[in-house]
Amino acid sequence: MYKTRISHLTYDFKTLRNLMAKATPARSGDYLAGVAAADNLERVAAQWVLADVPLKQFLNEALVPYEQDEVTRLIIDGHDNEAFAVISHLTVGDFRNWLLSVHATTAVLTALAPGLTPEMVAAVSKIMRIQDLILVAKKCRVITRFRNTIGLENRLSTRLQPNHPTDNPAGVAASLVDGLLYGCGDAVIGINPASDNLEATLRLLHMLDEVIEAYQIPTQSCVLAHVTTTLKAIAQGAPVDLVFQSIAGTQKANDSFGINLNLLNEAHLAALELGRGTLGDNCMYFETGQGSALSANAHHGLDQQTCEVRAYAVARQFKPLLVNTVVGFIGPEYLYDGKQIIRAGLEDHFCGKLLGLPMGCDVCYTNHAEADQDDMDMLLTQLAVAGGTFIMGVPGADDVMLNYQSTSFHDALYLRQVLGLRPAPEFEHWLQKHQIFNAENQLLPQREIPALFKASLKKLTEHGNES
Amino acid sequence: MSHDISPGIAPDPWQELKQFTPARIALGRTGISLPTRAFLDFQLAHALARDAVNSPLDFAKLEQRLILQGHQTLILQSRAENQSVYLQRPDLGRLLSASSLTCLQHSGAVPTDTVIVVADGLSSKAIEQHAEPFLSLLIPELKKIAYSLPPVCLVKHGRVAVGDGVAEHYSARLCIVLIGERPGLSSPDSMGIYFTYHARSGISTDADRNCISNIHKNGLSYLQALKILLFLIKASEKLQLSGVNLKDETTVQALS
Repeated sequence: MYKTRISHLTYDFKTLRNLMAKATPARSGDYLAGVAAADNLERVAAQWVLADVPLKQFLNEALVPYEQDEVTRLIIDGHDNEAFAVISHLTVGDFRNWLLSVHATTAVLTALAPGLTPEMVAAVSKIMRIQDLILVAKKCRVITRFRNTIGLENRLSTRLQPNHPTDNPAGVAASLVDGLLYGCGDAVIGINPASDNLEATLRLLHMLDEVIEAYQIPTQSCVLAHVTTTLKAIAQGAPVDLVFQSIAGTQKANDSFGINLNLLNEAHLAALELGRGTLGDNCMYFETGQGSALSANAHHGLDQQTCEVRAYAVARQFKPLLVNTVVGFIGPEYLYDGKQIIRAGLEDHFCGKLLGLPMGCDVCYTNHAEADQDDMDMLLTQLAVAGGTFIMGVPGADDVMLNYQSTSFHDALYLRQVLGLRPAPEFEHWLQKHQIFNAENQLLPQREIPALFKASLKKLTEHGNES
Repeated sequence: MSHDISPGIAPDPWQELKQFTPARIALGRTGISLPTRAFLDFQLAHALARDAVNSPLDFAKLEQRLILQGHQTLILQSRAENQSVYLQRPDLGRLLSASSLTCLQHSGAVPTDTVIVVADGLSSKAIEQHAEPFLSLLIPELKKIAYSLPPVCLVKHGRVAVGDGVAEHYSARLCIVLIGERPGLSSPDSMGIYFTYHARSGISTDADRNCISNIHKNGLSYLQALKILLFLIKASEKLQLSGVNLKDETTVQALS
């Protein structure tokens, strides 16, 4: 069924799953899994065949068996046929043409999102160049709210990530203040705790709540502990704004994370119950990344990008405030170099946006990947041109707890300056009110510590070493 | 440039916060960009970390140092034939090459209490700096409790699980793997120790191992690491297992 002849060679791809994997632009994780195309010609042959596959076929041929996998069941049972109608007659190749055409406006794409399955979106992305991924993603608009408004046109938000190797409160506070004074933190102030235990999580949650309350910052907090830890924190009355969880695209991979759809649903309801959002109730924060299913040996012979997009079906079920693809974190056995990381980041952003998710990207790499700051600048800039919802803000781009390189406060300011991107409106107002930004959203020179922080910084310097 | 007071640089007035965190805070700016010095600081740290990953470990030199200390050694290699393959194929880094298996067989196979495996991993610098001094503390302790020990196996392009095959060959009860850890910008030379009770190739998983991480000059000291390892050995002999069900109950001062 999935056959073609090119250069006197016959290519016969046995299944849609096999075809998808062979059509995927080259990346190390698919070679590791043994599912990648053997050579360039086989890859292009697969892309030609894939372009002729009707979108409807993705509703008939499940890539991971329906009976075995609750993510497949979520995708198939939740598919909106009415929304799908506008493109239901198209092949994957025609779908690409349509997405790039003037017919696919912001309003049309927004209405289409529930009619798309992750597999359709992954398929079309495999026959799109970087500029196609950027052009279409830029047309998508996904707006979410908790204490501010994220995802408006020509806006870019930042997650302030004040991690510390031992969760020392003074250490966290030092990075937190540094970030706020550089205008960072409207997506979320989100800490990765050094250890996933309840005590540490509770301490950090209370600390962030106090900071947001004391300075009346229009933003939300998150401690990125396991969802079960956060549920315990909620049960103890802790001030939880956003519930965090890493998610993947197959049931088995989610098993390895110690989660399932029921558990996520329970956490979502618990956070909704708290009702801590003032402008909206998007209260989930998800992280994903290509390669997670393979690393859990739970990829079912699928390529890693298709697995990744299936995770977005899990995400959209819970109306998240933010979804973050942590693209270069997993290492060179999945994404080998800057070229692979850049393409993966833009694919993830495109696929997430098309499915209606508030996609941001942790533009990042590890020291054993063939990548450097120049590669990060390329992805950072291209992501922002594509309308990326948010990026990370890590002091000097060096995360001293997780030992990887992400993006810095300076990086966000660079994007604001060259592309005219503003923070979330409520946060922008706060930055201007406290003379961190001027009316044109330029960082104001600080000759001394701003009055707002003076007293608490004095306290911190006096007591910091005791805490 | 060295004091960052060159024209256009705006230093941040919260320098004193630097005392609370190793994070790169209060870097200042020129316009909205990183000042030259902060940029070059970063490049320097990245270069050190990259070189730690990519510069090959001098196995002959390490062997010589160990022999000088009176330890027997054996140099082996994983199935990853070069660094690029090693980085992209963790599965090959977990297995011994055919010639190394032969080499092991020639070395004899008297059942032993414990094997010690040293692998370059992701930081040759870590192994170059820390393996010999640590082993010079560990091996006398093992001899004190009369443990039998085959030659220390030095494995090129090895991952943690490569130790399982060595342990299996010697029918060893305990397997201790010293390995170079993924380098961070502030710790390019960090060594890790993985301890597995009854390690067997293809059977032992990460959940069966205990890890002592972060051994470097600003992290865990050799003596702290040794204390934990000796505790784990003793406790595992009693429980006859290692991994998630074996908790480290030593109290090593956390480093902030």
